[in-house]
Amino acid sequence: MFGRIMGTALACLAALAPAAGAEEAWDRVLAEAEGQTVYWHAWGGDSKINAFIAWVGEEAQARHGVRLEQVKLADTTDAVARVLAEKQAGRTTGGAVDLIWINGENFAAMKAQGLLSGPFAESLPNWRYVDVAGKPATVTDFTEPTEGLESPWAMAQLVFEHDSARLPSPPRTLAGLLDWIEANPGRFTFPQPPDYLGTTFLKQVLHGVIEDPAQLQRPVDPATYEAATAPLWDWLDRAEPHLWREGRAYPANEPAMGQLFADGEIAISFAFNPGRASAAIAAGELAETVRTFTLEGGTIGNASFVAIPFNAAHAAGARVIANLLLDPAVQARAQDPAVLGFQTVLDLDRLPDEDRARFEALDLGVATLAPEDLGPALLEPHASWMERIAEDWVRRYGTAP
Amino acid sequence: MRGLRLDRLRVMRGGTLLVDLDLDVAPGEVLTIMGPSGSGKSTALAAIMGTLGPGVRQSGRIWLDGRDVTGLPTRERRIGLLFQEDVLFPHLSVAGNLGFGLPAGVRGAERRARIETALEQADLAGFADRDPATLSGGQRARVALLRTLLAEPAALLLDEPFSRLDATLRAQIRTFVLERARQKGLPVILVSHDPEDAAAAGGRVVAPAEGRGSTPEGT
Amino acid sequence: MRQRAGGLLRQAPRLTLALMLVPVAAGLAGTIAPAFGLGGTPGLQSFRALADWPGLGAAVRLSLVTGLAATGLSLALTLLILALLPGGRIFGAVLRLLSPLLAVPHAAVALGLAFLIAPSGWIVRALSPWATGWDTPPDLLTLNDPAGLALIAGLVAKEVPFLLLMSLAALPQTDAPRRTMLAQTLGYGRAAGWAFAVLPALYAQIRLPCYAVLAYSMTAVEMAMILGPTRPPTLAVQIALWMADPALAERGRAAAAALLQLTLVLGALALWRTGELVVRRVLLGAAARGWRGARLDRLLRPLTLAATALVLAAVGVGLAGLALWSVAGLWSFPDSLPQTMSLRIWREAAPDLARHAALTLGLGAAVAGVALILALACLEAEQRHALSPSSRAMAVLYLPLIVPQVAFLPGLQVAALGLGLDGTPLAVAAAHLIFVLPYVFLSLSAPWRAWDARIGTVGAALGASPGRIFWRLRLPMLMRPVLTAFAVGLAVSVGQYLPTLLIGGGRVTTLTTEAVALSSGGNRRVVGAYALLQMLLPAAGFAAALVLPALVFRRRRGMRAA
Repeated sequence: MFGRIMGTALACLAALAPAAGAEEAWDRVLAEAEGQTVYWHAWGGDSKINAFIAWVGEEAQARHGVRLEQVKLADTTDAVARVLAEKQAGRTTGGAVDLIWINGENFAAMKAQGLLSGPFAESLPNWRYVDVAGKPATVTDFTEPTEGLESPWAMAQLVFEHDSARLPSPPRTLAGLLDWIEANPGRFTFPQPPDYLGTTFLKQVLHGVIEDPAQLQRPVDPATYEAATAPLWDWLDRAEPHLWREGRAYPANEPAMGQLFADGEIAISFAFNPGRASAAIAAGELAETVRTFTLEGGTIGNASFVAIPFNAAHAAGARVIANLLLDPAVQARAQDPAVLGFQTVLDLDRLPDEDRARFEALDLGVATLAPEDLGPALLEPHASWMERIAEDWVRRYGTAP
Repeated sequence: MRGLRLDRLRVMRGGTLLVDLDLDVAPGEVLTIMGPSGSGKSTALAAIMGTLGPGVRQSGRIWLDGRDVTGLPTRERRIGLLFQEDVLFPHLSVAGNLGFGLPAGVRGAERRARIETALEQADLAGFADRDPATLSGGQRARVALLRTLLAEPAALLLDEPFSRLDATLRAQIRTFVLERARQKGLPVILVSHDPEDAAAAGGRVVAPAEGRGSTPEGT
Repeated sequence: MRQRAGGLLRQAPRLTLALMLVPVAAGLAGTIAPAFGLGGTPGLQSFRALADWPGLGAAVRLSLVTGLAATGLSLALTLLILALLPGGRIFGAVLRLLSPLLAVPHAAVALGLAFLIAPSGWIVRALSPWATGWDTPPDLLTLNDPAGLALIAGLVAKEVPFLLLMSLAALPQTDAPRRTMLAQTLGYGRAAGWAFAVLPALYAQIRLPCYAVLAYSMTAVEMAMILGPTRPPTLAVQIALWMADPALAERGRAAAAALLQLTLVLGALALWRTGELVVRRVLLGAAARGWRGARLDRLLRPLTLAATALVLAAVGVGLAGLALWSVAGLWSFPDSLPQTMSLRIWREAAPDLARHAALTLGLGAAVAGVALILALACLEAEQRHALSPSSRAMAVLYLPLIVPQVAFLPGLQVAALGLGLDGTPLAVAAAHLIFVLPYVFLSLSAPWRAWDARIGTVGAALGASPGRIFWRLRLPMLMRPVLTAFAVGLAVSVGQYLPTLLIGGGRVTTLTTEAVALSSGGNRRVVGAYALLQMLLPAAGFAAALVLPALVFRRRRGMRAA
């Protein structure tokens, strides 16, 4: 509640703010950025995302004369480690990383170690459109306040996927899912924690079975942790023998699980992207009968951000890119399932009519739930929960007996 | 003074005397160093060629036509060498092999003419472009000798050059080689374990360490 | 002037060793320091944390077992092929396929193999549903099996071509055909005769490549991630995971594990060496007893043929599967072929491709060229100045192959940053050189040293200078191994992922960094496209190493490979 009021207040401030001074400051940023080449370190495992980033680069070049190079990472930590290494080596300017696609633990780590520059997000001209009130995850990253050190560019929410031709009515509750797993051995799995998506699934289960979900918004209390998480381990103990490969192997990450789903090895999959299934159908990678669903009571949602390292060589250019990512036309393109299918971070009500029309004209795709059917987006628990349960999972299930 | 002189040439490994030679070989003379395997023949050869490996000590001097060649690298000694096997360069044609032996100063048409003449004299006319691997054993042996002679050596060292050849061929080639050497007035050292070679060569026969065998240094 | 050149050449080995030692030592120091808590709280807490990891025992066992088994099987199959197949049609096919096989990146082989043997893979698809009755994939653990069998299979498929190439380069020096024939006329079976007459000479020349294969098999990351067990993974994979932990708190534990990994590799090498001695004793004993082993061939020949065909088919069909995926639209189980085809992936990849391919090739050729020059200078200096490489020098040369990459690259990155050298193609080339040089030296030194020294003596007796002997005799005669070494260098450079990523700061992107970044997404379509392209470059190098000498020396029978 407090967050909502604060968010509204912030949004009002943001709407009022663009005074002459801010405009001038932004013009200076634009002037400085022109001709710069921005190295955006972003996970490169998805060719659709890569193509979208390339398109953003073309826009940046055309609109602002800024060149964008995506540095495709196998893992976002590579970039975090890079900035850390630069700091250790005493390089405080001219760093290799200008912009990072980041959230969650990586953000918390960089923020805690002073590896980020800013705050900058709230002074971006397009910040006024961001739906801070309706989508609190845009300013609270895994309970960590962003404090303007990172700027959101996409919303994600956990949605489950099933092939309606093979499984017409999937379970909509955790208890139902557990029964279904037991009745259909070998047809469900999750990426092996500490993989991000796999751990998110554990958090989803924890959220559903914990007695008081509110405590998830606070750091783990070692005194009550055991008792609080006991229902999670009970749930998993019952599920494990009936998982894919009897729980003796797990897919490595989201794409690997997506491939298992596409191959028909598993019957229920999930993704941190409500539009993924439609996009995959559009690309001819999934059967047209695939549909998505969420659990009663909501699923975990969060935002993807961009942040600028403290020593970025092209910080002005990086800000221009961050702002461009919030541009309504760019956001609408990202939401197009034929392109990315990412949810927008903007508040459509606040957009000029023509921009709103772009969103309304989108065909969200056969498998994408309408916003009203998506259900509530649950806030991410405090990062310490993720760490602890991932660690415990590895201890309990991560090594063969 | 013409000819090859080994002036108290000694090679020791540890306390073992491997080579002990003190003699002259006159131009046109053939000297045979004979002994069974392991008697130091090949060490003597390496000492004369200047290719001794580490682990041995050499003393004494080698004189060739009045020059002291002891400290010179192999290529400056002007001692021609024929191995037991012909050791033709497999990647070069017959003419390429012969050309490798010719001094660099000989150029162009003269170079080709010298090679052609040499081949004709050895009954190998028309073989210039042949792949050495397609030659018979006798032909290969002759090419190897021609190559050595084209380099204009001042002495010749033969390392059991006939031992791989069959009996008829052997006699032929031996005569061919030794005649050429005599014609050119080269001092020749033949290293062999075969008394027949030594007899056919007709010269003096010595042992690598002149029969002294192993003696501690200084006695 | 000549004196100076001689002086420079004489220093070549020392210079080369310094090029290896300094970066590895600096990197290692930069990585190991955190293992003992230097820079924070000194102590052994990292090792305690490592010991507390419940998967440690299993991960260590896995590393040892998969590494030793993969190396043993690779060597066995290589030797059987060389002993039993020459002269046959299969051998010709193996020779022709060698270069493309070698050039395929590890990750691509692994993904291709994974698609083949997965329960939803091509083999099951081909048999379903008509033979198996399955219309959904069976729940079988054929991939990522806890014993690491799939990983061993993948490693063998990748390492046999490498060992085969190394052996083929060395074989002409062993007089194999005549020795084998001689043994056969004495009543020995082909395999037994070969083992007694040729193997000792050959193994002496491929011993070091075998050690490199062992070290690599134990520390491979990409392959183990795709094919290996996951609960727990091999130690190398776990180190990579800890290194990548965002909390940055696991770096100490990763460093401690890297030290353990290093010890394991050294231990495995010692074990292998013991194995060598045992096998030698057994062979000598058998030979002394005059054991003919004539009947062994009847068992071994079909086995070798089957295993060779299996390796070729597994890699070939796996890659064909990836190639098909690169143009596949919807392709669901149990269809054996895609329902729809599309060039979408290729269209999307095309613009980046030319740029990445050009940089990859430029880097690879430059690095392989420099490595070749250094290796030749070392070997030539060794010859001219009668230097014999000390075992310590050889150990330094092997350092980059034996020290797990994950163990010293992060430290090296910090060092490069401190010097302001990172992020340029030049810095990346320098980092590649550390890994390329040993392989180039390895693949060149044995045939180089085995060169008939009498050729040099004859050349010198004909008045040729050392330079002339080098350029006119030794180099052309050894053209094949020299070009092979260059191709190996090119392939190693093209395959570098971690060094390119860490030292290049993401600004130097090659086909490989792109391919691995994409394969982390497990998207078979994109990986298929990149894997095909990524293998083209080194394949061209290997093809040149086979074809060029054959062309140049087409009229020299004495220059043909045995």
